[in-house]
Amino acid sequence: MTLSLDKAPTSANSAAQLPTKETAAAQKRRERLLTISIPLCVIASLIVLWHVVVTVNEIPHYILPGPWLVVNSLVNDWHILLPALWVTTKITLMSLALALIGGGGMAILLVQSRWIETALYPIMVILQVTPIIAIAPLILIYAPTTQAALLICAFVVAFFPILSNMVQGLKSVDHNLLNLYELYGATRWQTLIYLKLPSCLPYFMTGLRIGGGLALIAAVVAEFAAGSAGAGSGLAFRLLESQFRLNISRLFASLFLLASLGVLIFALTSFISWWTLHRWHESSLKREN
Amino acid sequence: MVIAEQGSSETHLQPTADTAASRPLVEMTNVTKVFSNGTVALSDMTMTVMPGEFISLLGPSGCGKSTALRIIAGLGGISAGSIDWPSFRINSRGLPDGDISFVFQEPTLMPWQTVFGNVYLPMRLKGISRKAASERIMSALESVGLADFHKAYPRELSGGMKMRVSIARALVTEPKLLLMDEPFAALDEITRQKLNDDVLALWKSTGITVVFVTHSVFESAYLANRIVVMKARPGRVDSDFPLHTSLERDSHYRTSEEYRQACSEVSARLSEAMGGEEHA
Repeated sequence: MTLSLDKAPTSANSAAQLPTKETAAAQKRRERLLTISIPLCVIASLIVLWHVVVTVNEIPHYILPGPWLVVNSLVNDWHILLPALWVTTKITLMSLALALIGGGGMAILLVQSRWIETALYPIMVILQVTPIIAIAPLILIYAPTTQAALLICAFVVAFFPILSNMVQGLKSVDHNLLNLYELYGATRWQTLIYLKLPSCLPYFMTGLRIGGGLALIAAVVAEFAAGSAGAGSGLAFRLLESQFRLNISRLFASLFLLASLGVLIFALTSFISWWTLHRWHESSLKREN
Repeated sequence: MVIAEQGSSETHLQPTADTAASRPLVEMTNVTKVFSNGTVALSDMTMTVMPGEFISLLGPSGCGKSTALRIIAGLGGISAGSIDWPSFRINSRGLPDGDISFVFQEPTLMPWQTVFGNVYLPMRLKGISRKAASERIMSALESVGLADFHKAYPRELSGGMKMRVSIARALVTEPKLLLMDEPFAALDEITRQKLNDDVLALWKSTGITVVFVTHSVFESAYLANRIVVMKARPGRVDSDFPLHTSLERDSHYRTSEEYRQACSEVSARLSEAMGGEEHA
């Protein structure tokens, strides 16, 4: 595979041809195919290696189940895992949405006046630097339901990266553009809507990507802290439960679902970021040289 | 070509048929600006801008020419003296309300807006709909030769084209006064000459008043019919004189003996202004 790859450009060079549109498109297609297939190959070979190690060493399934057993439990325990996955997804997305509204709104409020910022920013920092696992027990006491407590925990964690990125973005608006708006007699509101919000969009998107990942982590950590059981529990509880019952294959299945959810959230936020910025922002552009 | 001695602005007023139009646009009297760090950016500047003038503020960096331009635009307060805009509507903050446009050294375009959207900005802020503004936007873009690029984003344009968009945005409101702060300093010489010709053509065809900040003697002598030479530390006016030429300002003028002479005389004024401090 590598050989044929190396060969293609060489033959093109020897013919002293400029790459035509078609070959460029073909090259792009091949590049895209490779970027998808290479990681897949690596993952596949790791799974094969896992299978071989488990079979050759005859490792008992309650210590390390083979990949086949994990798939088995994923299918057989689907009726248990799916509701749990749904709970975790719901908490993560809801807390992320709240963090977006709260963080964005708070950032706009903070940059309105230096005094508001002086008054509120330290509290935001204290909230951020205190480990969520340490606040979780308190939140669990005061929150009306466990679900609400999990939601608050995930919100607190996802809130700060969105807030601090937004504040940074709102403060980094091009001074000349601010002068221009002032010169044309723009109102505060117009400056916010037409200038400040669009120009801090890249910062907001960074906050969204970080916040999305953190919301999931916080939702899981908070559920560990809550240790709640029953019908309304998320994947974290299923993880703990599987551990207590030495049902390691289900533990792996839960872990697989958590990781998939994380990847999905990352892909989604990355796509939103690309989609909103690709027409104008440097971060989403390919360098043309 | 005549370079008159420094005097009050009234003595070298161009004769105008309409007396109402000869009200000054801007009157700066003994304006001083001190920055918050204590630097005296501008000291005791008195200048009157009359309609139809093409004034060039010429001087070394740090002479306060950009500060003076910002003050004329109503951007940033003054520490002492007074400034008045007799020909403009004044808003509640005591500043001119519209009718003044500013072209910065950088194109200062919004990267998330197309060329059209960027030129639309001044009218959008006035609450004019996109549709109603469309015709004027397109004609402003046409006047800088960019009508075909109205859908492009700023990143797709060259430096000179971005600057043209910036000029189109300044012209779209049909202002009385156009302020330009070293607008072409970052461009290559060829683009710069082309844009200088464009600005001159716009000045001639629209009768707009221009105040143009530059540190280039050649640009000053090519464009302006009045030159204000400034000196640094603290920034102040050193000399203020009209520059009238018998030739039309175009590519012929650029290679003429008269232009060469104008350059050398303006250059002499500038080195006179800088002379004192170089030995200080």
